Amino acid sequence: MIAAERLTKRFGAFTAIEDVSFEVGAGEIVGFLGPNGAGKSTTMRILAGVFPPTRGRVRIAGYDVVADPLRARARVGYFPERVSVYLDMTVAHYLTYVGEMKGLRRREARRQGAAALESCGLEAVRQRLIGTLSKGFRQRIGIAQALTGTPSVLLLDEPTSGLDPEQVAEMRALIRGLRHERTVLLSTHILPEVEAICDRVIIIHRGRVLALDTPANLNRRVRPNSVVQVEVRGPAAEVARTLGDVPGVLAVHTDATGNGTVALTVSTAPDRDLREALASAVTQNGWGLRELRIRALTLEEIFLSLVATEPSETIDEIPGDLPA
Amino acid sequence: MKFLVICRRELSSVFGAFIAYILLAVFLLLSGYFFYSDLIFFILFGGFTLATGLWQFFFLDMRLVAMLVLPLVTMRLLAEEKKLGTIELLWTYPVRDGEIVLGKFLAAWLFFIAMLVPTGIGPLVFYHYQPYAVAPVLAGYLGMLLLGSAFIACGLFVSSLTENQVVCAMVTYGILVLFWFITWNEEAGMQEIMRLLLGLSLFDRFFNFTRGVIDTKDVAFFAMFVGFFLFLTWQSLAARSWRGVR
Repeated sequence: MIAAERLTKRFGAFTAIEDVSFEVGAGEIVGFLGPNGAGKSTTMRILAGVFPPTRGRVRIAGYDVVADPLRARARVGYFPERVSVYLDMTVAHYLTYVGEMKGLRRREARRQGAAALESCGLEAVRQRLIGTLSKGFRQRIGIAQALTGTPSVLLLDEPTSGLDPEQVAEMRALIRGLRHERTVLLSTHILPEVEAICDRVIIIHRGRVLALDTPANLNRRVRPNSVVQVEVRGPAAEVARTLGDVPGVLAVHTDATGNGTVALTVSTAPDRDLREALASAVTQNGWGLRELRIRALTLEEIFLSLVATEPSETIDEIPGDLPA
Repeated sequence: MKFLVICRRELSSVFGAFIAYILLAVFLLLSGYFFYSDLIFFILFGGFTLATGLWQFFFLDMRLVAMLVLPLVTMRLLAEEKKLGTIELLWTYPVRDGEIVLGKFLAAWLFFIAMLVPTGIGPLVFYHYQPYAVAPVLAGYLGMLLLGSAFIACGLFVSSLTENQVVCAMVTYGILVLFWFITWNEEAGMQEIMRLLLGLSLFDRFFNFTRGVIDTKDVAFFAMFVGFFLFLTWQSLAARSWRGVR
């Protein structure tokens, strides 16, 4: 449904993305993951037809975005990173206008606008001026505007950013509800979001595609073992030796000592929760257990490990300043 | 026909805001006052004909009001879309850039017509008491329409360059005033340059219309002026491909 071939975009001397290629099949929900500034929005904008790529080409449902822009764009619903809608229109009028811009006749535009209102939970505010509505509502209007005209492809650029947790859950449910009906490319820098709703993940970093796989496979690839963080009041060397002897522990690393306490990072076999075994090992020796928690891998670590496992011809430098 | 959808949205947005009525009121007030004082002037001091004694002054005065008001109409056209970011969505709809430019231009042009029509009240009342030849007046209004189109096209182009509406109005004033004054210093210019500048001057072109003369060369000039600035606007929108989108 979406075919991006070797996309490169340069603005002057600045290269926003380089050699980005991927395909998204019909009915798939694919996550587009990367830190801020990785080139997600640039790629999304190229796919949506905001501007053409410097090199490479994009086809949406078989239509080239540059050579056949009107046909390609007619099949795309786009939700921009910066949600921007006319503040001086009512919600209902705005969605009718969007339908007409997408080539629907007035009556059909009104009908589809009403349907989009309903599926995005906007009925209560349909006659309100958009300028008087909260960010959460505007975000939903942005989604409703993308859905209007029943495009087969949806490009959603960070649809959950800036929402409160309840709204995030609603938004995810809404997107999950589109599975099989629409093809969705969803950009985000939030990892759980991708795990929650996406069939496959494209990871982009510094304008290049690092990985393209299912979330489960990626997890296996970047989480060879689990990590538990422990802080104990007791003799450092002895604590480390004792915890290292607990069955299932692969390695123990002493992070810091001082004030009679020691902080350790314990790597364990994947999919095993050794917290209770570690706790009893500490207390049996009469030491004070101050902290014990499983440390989830941060996005930063996942990127670092992905970068480290990539063959060197595609990655020429190790990033050191990734935002989490 | 997407440009009609754009034009309709623009108009509903313009008339939904208070500023539209302020601009209409000021335009009507000033042009009404000018008609009144020009008429008094004509009655007291007379002239060879109505065309040179009254209408010419009326249209020359109204030209000033149009120059004052139209940049305030055009400043928001694209600048506001850029500031809000709504233009990005516009670019992802199946609509050509040319249709966006055309729709915006048409909306401002229709608003200008809404400004012009009530100014006919004065001449209409005058006709009721003292019938006169209407052709010169119609020529003058045609000139106003063409001159207004030129102002709008120029303002629309400036509006495509910036997202700051005040900057936009100021730069439009700058360009229009430059086009006005361009031929004032006739003695200083070399003759060849002066001929070229006279050919470019909006206001010298407008002068014929105010005397009731419609010259196809003048009409063609305004059409080209409008076309040129609409083309520039179109190019300015296309520049996002190398300049990016904020």
